[in-house]
This record gives sequence, structure tokens and C-alpha cells, in this order.
Amino acid sequence: MGLLQPPLHGVHDARGAKFTEFGGWDMPVEFDSIRTEHDSVREAAGIFDVSHMGEITVSGPDAETLMQRLTSNDVTALSPGDAQYSMITNDDGIILDDTVVYRLPEDVDGDYLFIPNAGHDEQMERRWKQYRDEWDLDAAVENVTTDWAMFALQGPEAEDLLMAAVDDHAPAEPTVVQDLRKFTAATVELDGAQCIVARTGYTGEDGFEILAPWDDAEAVWSLFDVQPCGLGARDTLRMEMGFLLSGQDFHPDENPRTPYETGLRFTVKLDTDFIGRDALEAQQAEGVAEKFVGFQLVERGVPRHGYDITNTDEEHIGTVTSGTMSPTLGEPIGLGYVPVSYAEPETTIHVLVRGKPKKAVIKSLPFNQ
Amino acid sequence: MTFEIPDDLKYQESHEWVRQAGSTAKIGITDFAQDELGDIVFVELPAVGDDVSQGAEFGVVESIKAVSDLYAPVSGTVTAVNEQVFDAPELVNDDPYGDGWMLELELADESELDSLLTPEAYADQIA
Repeated sequence: MGLLQPPLHGVHDARGAKFTEFGGWDMPVEFDSIRTEHDSVREAAGIFDVSHMGEITVSGPDAETLMQRLTSNDVTALSPGDAQYSMITNDDGIILDDTVVYRLPEDVDGDYLFIPNAGHDEQMERRWKQYRDEWDLDAAVENVTTDWAMFALQGPEAEDLLMAAVDDHAPAEPTVVQDLRKFTAATVELDGAQCIVARTGYTGEDGFEILAPWDDAEAVWSLFDVQPCGLGARDTLRMEMGFLLSGQDFHPDENPRTPYETGLRFTVKLDTDFIGRDALEAQQAEGVAEKFVGFQLVERGVPRHGYDITNTDEEHIGTVTSGTMSPTLGEPIGLGYVPVSYAEPETTIHVLVRGKPKKAVIKSLPFNQ
Repeated sequence: MTFEIPDDLKYQESHEWVRQAGSTAKIGITDFAQDELGDIVFVELPAVGDDVSQGAEFGVVESIKAVSDLYAPVSGTVTAVNEQVFDAPELVNDDPYGDGWMLELELADESELDSLLTPEAYADQIA
């Protein structure tokens, strides 16, 4: 089967982007240089095409119940226009996917929208429908992944850029954008297209994620005369923040992890009833054996996914799940899981870089403080 | 996109170049290779006095996104290493045929140069 393409694939190709396969999609990985794109987001602004992310809407009388039972956070805390980061866990409390759940603004059809990671949309659609039927709930589940393009406008200048686009091209009041708090969403008309705009992102910077109707993608994208960024810069930016990458920093089969091991305790509300709740309650009581940590190499080398982590006696204690040379810090950084006894900041560990032990120290996350 | 392919060099399919000067040769990676790799952040090279063999790995170049082995286009003994690229690996991006060179070798067998690609053949390979 061929790779799926975002609606702007041709536009990116003409702009000279390099592409990579990600979650079954052929996505731009780099437009100019990862460092240039990364620095633009930290210092000014950049825009990412993240149309490979999934979109699933859940509506109807029992939509709230279905969402509550299949995600670890408390969806009843959401008012229309609110969003929350959440986990989708199995019976053992293992993370199947991480997601953002939106309670849709009142002027949008549907009750909830959630964003599975690239390539997970069909699996999550099946899961939602399977449990809806098993629990005999009245809710419509619709996979709208190819109805929506998704862009992430990120960086300290993102608000001004978005306000200018609203000012110039839409009748909506620009204050709609200014008033958007973190993790809230509103409908905004951009060049005549009804978009859902949320103050969210995965770079650590202020910014917005824009859901644009698939057929209006090019018109909306072209409103932003700003550095285009690929998945390469998205990866270095999220690593500096210590944010998880699905399939790499956790994977239900190859690297099964619970929300408590990842340190994302706030995504778990044990006073709600969801799949995995009991296992997580038990783990909370017992404590975790391993924790997700960040580390910095203090010897020359670059940590990479899959490299072994040892203690200073060269005993294996973990594996690097993500690593890079941090463009902002100019230092090699990595993420991974280690026993809690090694998880304190400034603890010395070793990373085997092509078999050779290199000294590293545990750092508080985010790296980019 | 067009890439610089100087016509006074020989090339290896794995994107290393060789510049012969008498019994010695300088080695680096091509403009195409540095562009494919993206921002280069780390270079690992052998020490002066080490021997390298044609076709064998002699070092590693890492960009932000990827790790790539370097393969010796010719055999020889290392007479100089460009230590500048340890502290400023971006030189490989900025000037792959100049300040971003990597090794200088005393050639073990000059006839090995004949087995390498001409500029025209390398241009065809990356076209």
C-alpha cells in the first residue's frame, strides 16, 4: 500500500522539502535545515504540517461516558472549547497512545474530538466502536482524519502572526485569538475557511494548532509567511522539552510503559472510571520501578534511540528511547527509562555510543528551561 | 538541486571524495552527502598513524537526524586528521571539499585510485 500524503505534499515538494515515512504518511522531514527551523521556532516562529495526526469525533448522548471510560484524564472537567492531554491505556495501565481530547466549541458539530498519533486513527476508531457496542452506549464515532489538515504555528511570534492572518483575511474579531488560553480552542475563519484553532503544540513554545478543512489547506497554509518546519525540527524541539514520542518513548509491545513511569501523573484521574484504572491505582500504591528521565552526555558523542544505558560499573540499567544533539543547548541530550535509584538529577550514568561507554548525567526536564 | 562535484577529485559510491597530491591523498565527504545528512554535529575519525583499508569503515559522521559510517576510498596510513571538524563539525556542511576535509593518507597503493568513480560517473550516480 502506498503512503498517505498530506494535502500540501505537492506544495512542500515544490518548496524543496525532504520527505520521510511516518505512521504510514509521507511527510516533510526538513525544508531548509533542522537547525534553522528549530531556531526559528525558539526565536520567532515556524509552521509545521502535521496533517498525519489522526482526528476522531465522538458525539451523541453517551459521548462523554465513552470518552471518560477510554481515556485516563477527566473529560467531565472540560467545558466547550477546552482541551486536555490524556492517555489511552489498556487493562494493565499500559499506554496505547497519548492524545489531546477536545470538547468541541459550541459552534462546531459534534461533542468531542481527539487526536491519535499518526497511523493510530484506525486502531482507535475500532477501539472506540468496539467498546461503545460492548457497553451499549449511544455515541457516534467518526474517523475524520482525512477531512482535516492540521498545522502547528509555534514560537514567540505565533500569536501576532495568527492575529495578522485573522485581521487581514477574516471577519472574526482578532481578540478571539488573543483570548485563547492554553489548552482552549475556538472556531476562527481564515481566508473563508472555518478552522478550529487551539492554543496547543508540541514544541514548548507558545503557539497554535490549526485544523483546516482538507480542501482549504493550501489557502490557510499560505496565510503564514513564516519558516516552514519539518518533522526533524519537531523532534528536536519536543526532545528538549522531554515530551514523549509515541512508538519510540513508549510502545505497547516493544516498550510498554504506564503514565506513572513517564512522569505524566497529571493525565491520570483515579477518581474516574476508565480502562486501566485499577492497574494504575495498584502501581500508584506500590510505586514505579523505573522512571522516564532526561540526560546529557558530558563526553563527545550523540545518544540515539536503542543505545544501552549502564551504570558506572557497566551494568545494563536501561535503553535510550530518544536522543539528539540539542540545537538550543549545543549539547547531546537523550531520554530513556532507568531504575528510580538512578533517576535523581546529577546522577552519573553511561551511554554506550557504538559500544563505547560515554559519561552522562541525569538532568531535570525540560532541558530547555 | 545541483551539487558541487569538483572535476579534479575521485569519488566513491558511498559519497567520499579523494584528492591525490603525489603519494598522499586527502579524503572527505561530498556536497551531496553533506546535504543528505543535514546539520552535521559530530565527526569521529582515526588517529594519525592508524591504517585504513579501501572499502572499510574508518569513522562516523553524525547529523542531528542520522548516523553514517565513513568508508575509506583508498588504503593507507593516516598522516593528518582535520581536528577542526571535531570542534566545528558544521565545516563539513559549509565547505565539504575545503575546510571540511577529514583525513590525509600516505597511499598504500596508488592503483586503487583507478577503481574510483570519475566526476562524471559520480554525477550520474546522484542524478
